[in-house]
Amino acid sequence: MKTAVLVFPGSNCDRDIAVALELLTGTAPAMVWHAETSLPDGLGLVVVPGGFSYGDYLRSGAIAARSPVMRAVVEAAGRGLPVLGVCNGFQVLTEAGLLPGALMRNAGLSFVCRDVPLTVGNAESVFTRLYTKGETVTFPVAHHDGNYFADADTLDRLESNGRVAFRYAEPVNGSTRDIAGILNDAGNVLGMMPHPERRIEAAHGGTDGRRLFEGLMELVGA
Amino acid sequence: MKLKVYVTLKPGVLDPQGRAIHHALGSLGFGGVEDVRVGRLIELTVADGTDDAAVEAMCRQLLANTVIENFRIEHA
Repeated sequence: MKTAVLVFPGSNCDRDIAVALELLTGTAPAMVWHAETSLPDGLGLVVVPGGFSYGDYLRSGAIAARSPVMRAVVEAAGRGLPVLGVCNGFQVLTEAGLLPGALMRNAGLSFVCRDVPLTVGNAESVFTRLYTKGETVTFPVAHHDGNYFADADTLDRLESNGRVAFRYAEPVNGSTRDIAGILNDAGNVLGMMPHPERRIEAAHGGTDGRRLFEGLMELVGA
Repeated sequence: MKLKVYVTLKPGVLDPQGRAIHHALGSLGFGGVEDVRVGRLIELTVADGTDDAAVEAMCRQLLANTVIENFRIEHA
């Protein structure tokens, strides 16, 4: 599977995801600089990585969401290309309008950096198909602005359409309805605060993150 | 031409920073503070004659996240 990772000034988990993707797919991802206006051909996945794009100026992810490459991502997502946003990448996807809601300062005001248990809320999407609904997985989080907010109508719609991919199984950041990750309507865009790319090898302390990528690879083909 | 854009959290959106400041004011002995909400002031210098619709578009597309924030444009 051919993959691409966006790189903004201030991205820092681009290297983590690149290592994970190369290990799993056997091919290093294309690293796409934010100023590019198009994506490589034949991709099976685009990842918007974690970090502090543009220093998180204005709002987390706000400037990155308006960068040239994001226009190409929005267009590709509309055509059905799988797009994964992790941490700052989730913030970028909400700011770009690919996912509803917003990520605000953690309710406790502190940066939270630890492993957290998550409950799988959707096991049907291209990203979550190898998980079981209701299963608990453990991924690390490392964020200051992970407090998911959306109005009640949006939350109800997300829940009734099975678009909540992951929920925190314990209090982490004040997110409404414990939301840790959500899918778009079509199911090809996933944004999540926890880091699946940091649970790939046994040396990471667990391999719960592998299935997120392997499920997609099975569909797209090697 | 100078403009001020005030970006504030919508009512009902929890403001953890405002809450922390509220708490700190209380610790300093300032009583009677009922609520604190933190917003942002953005000062713009734009070409004379820039119409309000253009500034409003700037607010909607970038300066404010209208999912959680309101904005108000003030001519200096």
